[in-house]
Parts: sequence; C-alpha cells; structure tokens
Amino acid sequence: MTDDVNKNSSPLLSVRDLTVSFRTAQGPVRVVRNLDFDVPRGGALGIVGESGSGKSMTSLSIMGLLPKGGTATGSVRFDGTELLGLAEREMRGVRGDRIAMIFQDPLSSLNPYYKVGTQIAEAYLSHRSGVSRKQARSVAIEAMERVHIRDAARRVDHYPHQFSGGMRQRIMIAMALSMEPDLIIADEPTTALDVTVQAQILDLLSEIRQETGAGLILITHDLAVVSEVTDEIVVMREGVAVERGQVEQVFSDPQADYTRRLLDAVPRIDDEIGLMRTTDILIPSERRSVR
Amino acid sequence: MTFSSTSLESEATPAGDSSLETTLESPPASGRRLFRAFVTDWGAMLSTAYILLIVLMAIFAPLLTMLSGWGPYQFDQSAIDPNLGAVPIGPFGGISAEHWFGVEPGSGRDIFARIAYGARVSMTVALSATLLTTVIGVVMGLLAGYFGGLIDLVISRVMEFLMAFPALIFMIAILSALPADNRVVLLVIVISLFGWPYLARIVRSQTLSLKEREFVEAAKASGASSGRIIFREILPNLQSTIIVMATLAVPGYIGTEAGLSFLGVGVVPPTPSWGQMIAAATPWYAVDPMYFVIPGVFLFLLVLSFTTLGDRIRTIATSGEARS
Amino acid sequence: MIRIAGSRLLGMIIVLFLVTLFTYAIFFLLSADPAVQICGKNCTPERIEQIRLNLGLDQPFWTQFWGYVGGLFTGRTFMVAGASVECAAPCLGYSFQTSQLVGDMIVQRLPITATIAIGAAVLWLLGGVVAGVLSAVKEGKFLDRFFAGLTLGSMSIPNYVLALALQFIFVVALGWLPFPQAVKFSDDPVQWFLNFILPWIVLAVGYAAVYTRLTRANVIDTLQENYVRTARAKGLQPGLVWRRHALRPALTPIVTIFGMDVAGLLGGAVITETVFGLNGVGKLTADSITANDQPVIMAVTLLSAFFVIVGNMVVDLLYTAIDPRVRTGASA
Repeated sequence: MTDDVNKNSSPLLSVRDLTVSFRTAQGPVRVVRNLDFDVPRGGALGIVGESGSGKSMTSLSIMGLLPKGGTATGSVRFDGTELLGLAEREMRGVRGDRIAMIFQDPLSSLNPYYKVGTQIAEAYLSHRSGVSRKQARSVAIEAMERVHIRDAARRVDHYPHQFSGGMRQRIMIAMALSMEPDLIIADEPTTALDVTVQAQILDLLSEIRQETGAGLILITHDLAVVSEVTDEIVVMREGVAVERGQVEQVFSDPQADYTRRLLDAVPRIDDEIGLMRTTDILIPSERRSVR
Repeated sequence: MTFSSTSLESEATPAGDSSLETTLESPPASGRRLFRAFVTDWGAMLSTAYILLIVLMAIFAPLLTMLSGWGPYQFDQSAIDPNLGAVPIGPFGGISAEHWFGVEPGSGRDIFARIAYGARVSMTVALSATLLTTVIGVVMGLLAGYFGGLIDLVISRVMEFLMAFPALIFMIAILSALPADNRVVLLVIVISLFGWPYLARIVRSQTLSLKEREFVEAAKASGASSGRIIFREILPNLQSTIIVMATLAVPGYIGTEAGLSFLGVGVVPPTPSWGQMIAAATPWYAVDPMYFVIPGVFLFLLVLSFTTLGDRIRTIATSGEARS
Repeated sequence: MIRIAGSRLLGMIIVLFLVTLFTYAIFFLLSADPAVQICGKNCTPERIEQIRLNLGLDQPFWTQFWGYVGGLFTGRTFMVAGASVECAAPCLGYSFQTSQLVGDMIVQRLPITATIAIGAAVLWLLGGVVAGVLSAVKEGKFLDRFFAGLTLGSMSIPNYVLALALQFIFVVALGWLPFPQAVKFSDDPVQWFLNFILPWIVLAVGYAAVYTRLTRANVIDTLQENYVRTARAKGLQPGLVWRRHALRPALTPIVTIFGMDVAGLLGGAVITETVFGLNGVGKLTADSITANDQPVIMAVTLLSAFFVIVGNMVVDLLYTAIDPRVRTGASA
C-alpha cells in the first residue's frame, strides 16, 4: 500500500541536471544547461522560451531523438526508469507507447504517401503484438472520433493533404492518443495554425488530459497558449531555466527579469494607448489574450 | 541538364536535371569570395590544369606538330608492317621517339598529331555549343520567366517539343542528310538546337522566383524599365547558376561531338576527331589496343575534368550561399 | 483523372504529329534529289522512276506528307519491279536499297534491342538504387566517397571506349567471355547471358551513375523530412521507418524517371549496338545512316520519338497514380 502511495505521489517525469551538447566545428556547444523540472502524474508543464532557447532540444532528448552530433547528460527519470542511456530497443518501446510526441507542422509531419488511418494505426500495430489489421483500424477510427473528426469511419482512408491544417493537427493528436500514453509532449502544437483553430486544439488537449489523466508537456513561445493549458511553467533562455513555478504565480509575480520582459511584451487589451515598452527580445506573440 | 552523361543512347536523364534544380533553387549570392574557395579546392584545380593543357594543345597544335615532326595528315609507311596487316611496328602501337603516341594502323599517321588536332575539334565544338546554348538558354529563360503569359506559353511549348525529340537520333538524321562541308558549324548548330532548352528551363524557374523578390519590386516601383530590371537586377543573381550549368554542359557536348563523330556523322575524315579515331580504332582493338586507348583516355579525362570542375563550382557556390 | 489523361493524350498526339511533320520536312528540304538518295548505291534509272512514282516525289510537299501519314494509319501499296507490295498499317515505308518493308526490318530487330535495353535497365536500376541508398546511409564516410568517385568516372567515360576496353580485357586478354553475339535465350540460356553481359554493363554504367547520385540525394533529403521524425517518435521498428517513411517517398520519383529512360532506349541503343555489332534497331539506325537509306532513317527516327513521347505520357500518368496528392487532389 505504501508503494501505491509512493507511486502516486512521485512525479511522472523527473528531469535533473539535463545538459544537451552538440559537436560543432568550433567545439562543443551546449544548447541546454543543467535543466531541472518535474512533471507530476496527470500534470501539465509548459516550457516557454524564444527560438533557440533549447526547449525543443529538451523534448527531443527526453525521447532520445536528438539529431546527429547531439548528446544528453544528466537524468531523465520516467515512471522510475532512467531514459538517458537506455538501450535503443527499450527506448523504442517507450516512444509512441508511453510517451507520445506531437510536432509543430502537421503537414510535413505526416507522410503524404499513406492514408491517415495507416499512420495512426502504425504505432498500435508496432507496439502491440498479435493484433489484427482490423483491430488496428478500429483503434484508428476511435482515435479520430476522440479528437472530434467527423465521419471518421470514412475519413480514416483519406490522405493528409485532404485535411485542413487544424484537422491534421487533430490527426497528430489522435496518433498520440491511440496508444494511451502516460505522457504527451506537444512541441509548438499550435504555432502553424490560425488563431481560432489554436483555441480548438488547446481545448482538445485539455479535454484529453482530463479524460485520460495523461501528463502533458507543452512547449511554446506563446505565453497566451501556456496560460490556458498548463499548471506549471518553466521559462528557458539560451538553454537555462530562468524561472519556474505555477502559472498564475509566475504571471502575476515574475521573479526573473527575463520573464518580466516576456510578459511585458505581450500586448494587453487594457494597455494604455501610447508607447509600448521596448525590449531587446523578440515579441513572442502578437496574439492577444483577451481576458 | 544537357547531355552531361556520355551515354548518348537516349535523352539525358532528367535525373541530373532535378538534382541541379534543387541545389540551385534559390539563386546563390555573389561570386567574389567564392574565388578563394575555388583556388584551394584541389579537385577544381587539377581539373582546370588538365583543361588548360588540352586547350593549349589545341591552340598550339601546329607548333606542337612541328616539334614532334609529323603532321596529322602525313602517312608514314615505314612505321607500319605491311606483312602483319599494316599493324604498327613496335610495342604499344608503335610508340617511339619518332612518334610519341605511336601511329595509326593502316595509314601510319602520327597519333600525337591527330590527338592535338582532334583536341581542336572537341574544344571548338564543345565550347561554341556551350556558348550558343548558354546565350539562347539564358535569353529564352529570362523572357519566359519574366514576362510570363503568352511569351512564356510559347517558349515553354517549344522547349517541351525540343526536349521530346530523341536528340541523338535526330542529330544523326539531320547531319546525315546535310552535305559534308562546314561540319563543325553544323555540329554546333545541331547540338545547340537540342541543348538550349535544358538551360532555359532552369533559368526560367529561377527567374520566376527572383521576379517575386523585394529588390525587383523596388526597382519596378522606382520606375525601372523591364530591360533594366532583367539585366541589372535579375541576371546578376543568375551568375552562379549560369556558370555551373555552362561548365556542366561542356562535358556533355564533348561527349556528344565525340559520339556523333564515332558514328560517322561528325567531322569528315581526314580531319581528325577523337571520337572518329576511336571509331577507326574499333576493328583494331584486339591487335592494337593503344589506338583506341589513347584517344579514349584523352576523352575520358577531359569529360571527367569538366564534370569535376562543374561539380566543385556548384558545391562552392551553394555552400558559399549557405554561409552568406 | 480522366480529364487529365484526356488532355495529356491530346497533347501527345499533337507533339507526335509535329515531330512527324518536322522530321518529314527536314528530309524533304534537305535532300537534293530524294529519289536518287533513296535509291542509294547500285542505282538504275528504272529504280529511280519507280521510287518517284511510289512516293509521289513530283507532288507538292503536303500531298507527299499526307501520303506518308495516311500510310501510317491505313497502309500503303508499293509498286516494285512490276509487282505490288502490300505495306500494312502502320506502314513505315519501303527500303528500296534493301528491297524490304521497313516495318519488317524493324520488327526483326526489336527483340535484340529489347533484350539489351531491359537487361541493362534491370542492372542499372538495382545497382544505382542500392549504391545510392548505401551512399546515403553512410553519408560522408568512405563508402560514400568511393561511390561518388566511381559515379563520376562512370559518367565521364564514353560508352564506346568502355565497350572496347571491356571487350579487350574480358574477351581478348582474359578470354572469360565470348565476343558478344545475338544468342537466343531459348537456344542456350548460359551463352545468352555471357554474350549479353558486356553490352548490358556498357549501357548500364552511365545510367547507374546518375541513378546512384539521384537516389542518394533523394534518400538524404527524405531522411530529413519531418514525417520520418514522427515515425521514429512513434517508436516504430527501424525496418518499418525505412521502408514506409524513407524509401517509399525517396524512390518513387526514381521509378518514374526509370520509365522514361527505358522508353528512350526502346528506339535502340545506337552506340552500344554498333560497337558490339548486335543487330538491333540502334544498329539499323547507324547502318542506314551510313548507307543513306532514307525511308529507314525516317522510320527509325519516328519510332524513337514515338517511344519517348508515349513513355513520357505513361510516366506522367503513372505519377498521378502513385502520388496521392496528385491523384485525389487537395480538399479542405
């Protein structure tokens, strides 16, 4: 019994001292430095930062998908198992099945030559032994229905280009869902989408979290997105975490200077008309958060 | 791509074409600093050296043959053995101090002299054809790409039409039907006729994308005429593309001329051409392999050099662009 | 889809027609006295007259041309030495020099051309793709650079030089292979293979080099694609990632190009056949040019163009079938 209690209170994902470096002609470059964070079971963490802050590399290193020349050191404990240094075979078992990832551009992230049903069912057929194509197909249809794609039984045989941008992202989510993962990592899931569709996708992510109890890591440069979906956020800058805490906390009382400037850069509807404060960083998003 | 493969059996495969198009999709930047990268690339330097050697040999052929002592049309009966079916006397096809590359069986002509003069034909035809196709290709590509509409429609259809022809067979057919004088000119014209669409196609697609760029819009807004825009704004950006394409066209044309001469529709004997020499060498290949090996090696190295050169230039041009 | 095929078909017919017209016009314009040329050597005044009559050479260009085109569709009759020769559709003309129907001459030679073309095609496709994939996988390493050098050399050597060199080495010096002759497969499969292997290699080498480079570039590009990343992120077996997400997208364009290349070769591999003395359509082309047998040259030219144009169209259609994006069209 004590074990159960421990299990439930220990974080789903625990990252300690994560450092990601790349071999370059100029020597090793560290794109992520000494990163620490936890994702509680069923919790949602947002990783926020500009391009180049290392947020994507963080997620890729969790998944063991770093591009050539990249190495990750430190510790990434997922449900008790150390992922860094795990044998590729075991890692494959984790990927897609226990941790699923959703990427930024759904059009290029889907293979144009195969039906979406095939691509959704792939993971299922790969990870579960002894299942038939028929079963896999119904899993795919079910997943599509869960992400509210209408007429799923027919559209499961369509190709990626036959869907709109928002729908394609839903398909990516369906792909992630189909295996009922414990953790979903969404890397800029809404960046390539229109504002209205963004909201839908974010709602969908929240809904799924509630239904399945899966954990979520949401990576974005968009503060508005983060504020809607996540409980906790980590603010990254040039590979280092500059701030961490509960979302409301960080937004209302940012500790780090950088965080403050990020927040200031977001135009608010109740801003005074006049000069906007200039910052030396990119304005992360022009989307207003209408509150 | 122009026939950059010497397998002239059919059309140049579009294979090479698409790879060139993708690497030069966005027109690369300027050419000044690339020069330095060029001179330090030993592939490029070696190729250039060999090419220069052949060019010099072609230009100074008369001088060289004066030095070697034998002209390309002189028969030396003493160098061949009539009892053995007119095979050259001595090993390696009769290589000696007299005849640096040996002699031709049957006629006893000095191979070195014929190689030197053959270089003239190869280089003249290839370079002229390259020049012609480049000029026509660039002009057509620019017109079609920049003006679009009806002009583009017409030019594109013509290009497709020409590219649909089985070029080799057509060239053979046309050349065989024409009288035998002015062969070199005819060769250049015929080769260019079928060669320019490949260059034009690439120039056109690059012009199309360049046309949309800001600096063109700016030029238009400031009232520049179409001519000005084309020549001052667009053309300079096509520099690298044109250079690469031209360099890669040359080996194809060398191969084409050699192939046509091999088939007997190129330059007329007794004018020497490397391809023709190899054709003549075919029946002798078993007893006097040198006769085909020597022109074969020269041809091979020349095509190799130009292809390598074009490759190196392209690599330098595209990596230069990436850096800038 | 049918509309696309229809317009392509129309385009193809137009191009074919223009090619026919262009070719015929060239011969018409370029020949000083066609009758004499067609007659060739060993000519007699009677023959010249016959030719003139048969081909209507006194008549205006368009009459002659339509006569020729008509022959392609409905056949023609020739009067030769007092007897009439039936030339069934498609009538490709009559060779007065050799006293044969051109169509017959070509049909006789097609099997050899086809053997050479298809054998070489298989070789270069397999060789090129395998080498290309290996080069891509081992990008930058020794194997890649080795293949890069090899392909460079292969592309640079003229066929006929390679043919002579290989012949010298393997037939004359080593004696491993016989001097290539047209052996029928049905007669002696082993000999057939040994005889054709050299022509196959010579023809395939240049293409293999291009295919290697193309495959390598395609595979490298495809491996960078986001959907490969997605496939890996789903924890799929490497084999599946390779086959479905890397190779299929990378190799599809190559298959279409392959179709066009083979089509081009059906008109005859002129140089390879000539060097090896194999009596295919290509050699027929070369021989008839030397002999100035105009009807044959005209026919072979047309045939070649026909194969290329049809091949292009087939490949275009194939592409619409293979690429789902083209096939189904985008919809929101």
